[in-house]
Amino acid sequence: MDSNLKRALILENYEKPFHKGLIDDDSYLKENKNNSSCIDNFDIQLKIEDGIIKDIRFDGEACAIATSSISISITKLLDKTVKQALDIIENYEKMINEEEYDEKLLEELIVYNDIYKQPSRKKCATLGILGIKDLINKSISGDK
Amino acid sequence: MNYKDDFPMLKNDIVYFDNGATTLKPKCVIDKMDDYYFNYSSNAHRGDYSLSLKASKEYEDVRTKVRNFINAKRDEEIVFTSGSTDSLNTIVYGYFKYNLNEGDEVLITKSEHASNILPWFELSKEIGINVNYIPLTENHTVTLENVINSITDNTKVISLAHITNVIGDVRPIKEITQYAHNKGILVVIDGSQSVGHTKVDVTDLDIDFLAFSAHKMLGPTGVGVLYGKYDLLNDIKPVRYGGGMNVSFVNIDEIEYKQLPYRLEAGTQNIAGIIGFGQAIDYINRVGIDNIEELCSSLKEYIVLNLKKIPHIKLYNENVEGSIVTFNVDNVFAQDTAIYLDKYNICVRSGSHCAKKLDDELGIKNTCRISIYFYNTKEDADKLITALKNNKILEESLGV
Repeated sequence: MDSNLKRALILENYEKPFHKGLIDDDSYLKENKNNSSCIDNFDIQLKIEDGIIKDIRFDGEACAIATSSISISITKLLDKTVKQALDIIENYEKMINEEEYDEKLLEELIVYNDIYKQPSRKKCATLGILGIKDLINKSISGDK
Repeated sequence: MNYKDDFPMLKNDIVYFDNGATTLKPKCVIDKMDDYYFNYSSNAHRGDYSLSLKASKEYEDVRTKVRNFINAKRDEEIVFTSGSTDSLNTIVYGYFKYNLNEGDEVLITKSEHASNILPWFELSKEIGINVNYIPLTENHTVTLENVINSITDNTKVISLAHITNVIGDVRPIKEITQYAHNKGILVVIDGSQSVGHTKVDVTDLDIDFLAFSAHKMLGPTGVGVLYGKYDLLNDIKPVRYGGGMNVSFVNIDEIEYKQLPYRLEAGTQNIAGIIGFGQAIDYINRVGIDNIEELCSSLKEYIVLNLKKIPHIKLYNENVEGSIVTFNVDNVFAQDTAIYLDKYNICVRSGSHCAKKLDDELGIKNTCRISIYFYNTKEDADKLITALKNNKILEESLGV
């Protein structure tokens, strides 16, 4: 993806993040996720119904990379099955960690494919999506 | 005069403006520690051979240097610790735990560093003291008047940073101690940002306890100082027991501990670090503390004057005396600004700077902090100002 397009997508999602703002509903699982080495801090909510990701919301203060990446992650993960969502997350983690990954699966999330060049930003780029992954796993273990 | 040549780190073409976090070390400090490790590595106060005696002498000489540097009355009033945090915890847990009662009040402010808040919070949970805040002025400073208005019949301690690490305001310590002592209130000072930056004379300021760190004044990490007036310090119950601090022990009823300062220096200390710290004090004395203050202050004025001209920069503390400039770039998260500046090898801190109560006062949680020391130059300031004039800081911070 062209650099200008990447920047535009990141800035758009930073300035107007998707699904920002929590809702008061006990049917959501909730988790706080923060980076101890920097100042990114998110509260994340997840709702799964019949194995489908129905809703993800977040709130908090974080840098442009962390905020845009949770925003784009949410748009990608909504309405996916739990398995599809975990697949996307696994491939995203592989991309960030410079391993082989399936580009098609990630769609816009590939805007972060150069983040490995800034090691301090890796945690920013994964903070939100790993929080969502924790919640999905919590939901799976809760179902058993 | 250009001091940069004395600092090996500055040969790397960096602009280092994070001196509030830690300062860089001149080569003489590093050499002095190397000399100990290369030529007379041994424990202090433990051996009868000449190497150990040399280590002991070098170590104790630093105690005298510290005493002279802060104008304490006796060498025994200087205790080496691992840093300000260690010193403050020893003060709170070794002295105040046994000298305060339920309902007694400690006054602090919301701009204190975590190390001058959390020990008091924990003591409050343990013994039921009350921790209350002296209100800050609209410029986030402390005035004697606000201190006076905050004191109640229950106030037993006032614990303040001399200079704060986010705002950089200089507190009127002498006036505060004078007023407090008339009311029988003790004053604890966190000197982390002041010792080595401005003249700190514990006798003139009449400070009861002072904590500071070597690494914020050209010394190595892992070394700090706990100063206390002799009688108060002598009343501290050690928070660590072990080697080096006891004279003898036979059984639980027959234990004899050493006199000050050794009673409070259990275990093998950071000998190399302490010896290096002595060189840091010598270096600061050669530059001159008044000169240091003047150099920092004029560079700060220059930076503030120029940043004020940039429309997208918001300054939070332009009216304070200390050499710290706290700012944000409009619509850019503090961390993104710091990451952007890092691309130009400019080091600034972003975040809440360990002063997590301060957002109540500033109305914003995260800021960027420029903290200046005397080796910073106008050229450093110009690089910073030029970088911050860019109106595409957010875009360029992304790194994609």
